[in-house]
Amino acid sequence: MDQNLRIELGKQGIFVTTIEELYNWGRRSSVWPMQFGLACCAIEMIATTMARYDLARFGAEVFRPSPRQADLMIVSGTVTKKMAPQVVRLYNQMAEPRYVIAMGACAISGGPFKQGYNVLKGIDRYIPVDVHIPGCPPRPEALIQAFMTLQKKIDGQPLTGEGRPRFLDPNAQGEFPVPEQGEHDLEPASNKGVWPVPITIR
Amino acid sequence: MKSVQEIKTAIETAFPAAGLEFVPNPGPSAQHSLRLGPDCAVDVATFLRDDPELAFDFLSNVSGVDWPDKKVAEKVKVTRTVTKTVDGPDGQKVDQQVEETVEETREHIEPGFLEAVYHLYSVAKKQGPLVLRMRTVNRTGQTSLPSLTPVWRSAEFQEREVFDLFGIDFTGHPDLRRILMWPEFKDHPMRKDYVEPDDFEYEPTAHDEVLRRAQEHKGSEQQTASSDRAGS
Ligand code: SF4
Repeated sequence: MDQNLRIELGKQGIFVTTIEELYNWGRRSSVWPMQFGLACCAIEMIATTMARYDLARFGAEVFRPSPRQADLMIVSGTVTKKMAPQVVRLYNQMAEPRYVIAMGACAISGGPFKQGYNVLKGIDRYIPVDVHIPGCPPRPEALIQAFMTLQKKIDGQPLTGEGRPRFLDPNAQGEFPVPEQGEHDLEPASNKGVWPVPITIR
Repeated sequence: MKSVQEIKTAIETAFPAAGLEFVPNPGPSAQHSLRLGPDCAVDVATFLRDDPELAFDFLSNVSGVDWPDKKVAEKVKVTRTVTKTVDGPDGQKVDQQVEETVEETREHIEPGFLEAVYHLYSVAKKQGPLVLRMRTVNRTGQTSLPSLTPVWRSAEFQEREVFDLFGIDFTGHPDLRRILMWPEFKDHPMRKDYVEPDDFEYEPTAHDEVLRRAQEHKGSEQQTASSDRAGS
């Protein structure tokens, strides 16, 4: 529809929209995060939801203590190899549509503990991550920025054809394999479908 | 507070067969420690807790130390007899036996061991710390030590941690399971010879050991990556 005509109709008190826009507006305005934190970044996430930074302005004030009711997983903190299977399992239990924000250096790459023996080098090795925020810890503003980026992403998703969200695609993978805790390391060390081993150029 | 030497004497009076050793600390802190023989460690610990003079009622810290096998090179002076040809008095060559001293370097390997270190305080007497050490026989087969959890309950989790990360088996511990790593895990990550799994990634500031490992890893990584690409 012509944009000018739409504005003109709007002036006359007639509101015109598409199903896609209405649907995505509804989805992006009530993204409920899951209530769990893994390390120091979680403190910053808590600060973001409190009165001063007030994540409620973005429709995300309700932190759900159950994965069944949550739409967004904020991986806030260090994912140890002991915790990683539980994080993947929680993600599997969330109902579609679901999104992931990897918050902080630890969640995106292992951070200061990267060369340690017990820290997963990025949660994106096992589950698809929508927004990465660097920082140790990222400031609440950065989390809000990530949240707005996610909202933009949701807004831009078409409901049909290429690029539609996973839950509208019957062929998309819905469950992500939970890694086993092996004798020396997690097995497998990464989910190839989500995180192909990168070719590094040196 | 009694000095470590005095405490040692007090213990030896009570337990003549305690097998104690005074381990001096030459640093400025001069925090000397006592090495206990594992056989009567529990008795000695009970004595330290219950003796009205000492009253070490609080165990603040248990830690582990890994002492790997050590190669020791020594210089030894050896005397041996050698035959030398010298000019005789009448102009002829004569063989003569001469004693000679040479220095030789000899190497031997001192076997390593694992050590558990306990820090004790007394809340009642406001004194401490007293540092106790115990050694295992070696690092591979005989790695058990008596647990002091029956004496100080606060040792429970810390001994489990030492068990997890160093592999010291505490006999008499009520609940000896891994505490940080998962139960299926086989290694002991704080030992010096632990090799972490090869999930190495490129580091922007790679140098030294990190650079060496990055280069080692590069080949295998590149192979998996390209075979993944070809397969999909
Ligand atoms: S990124 Fe920094 S602040 Fe966040 S969990 Fe890791 S160490 Fe803590």
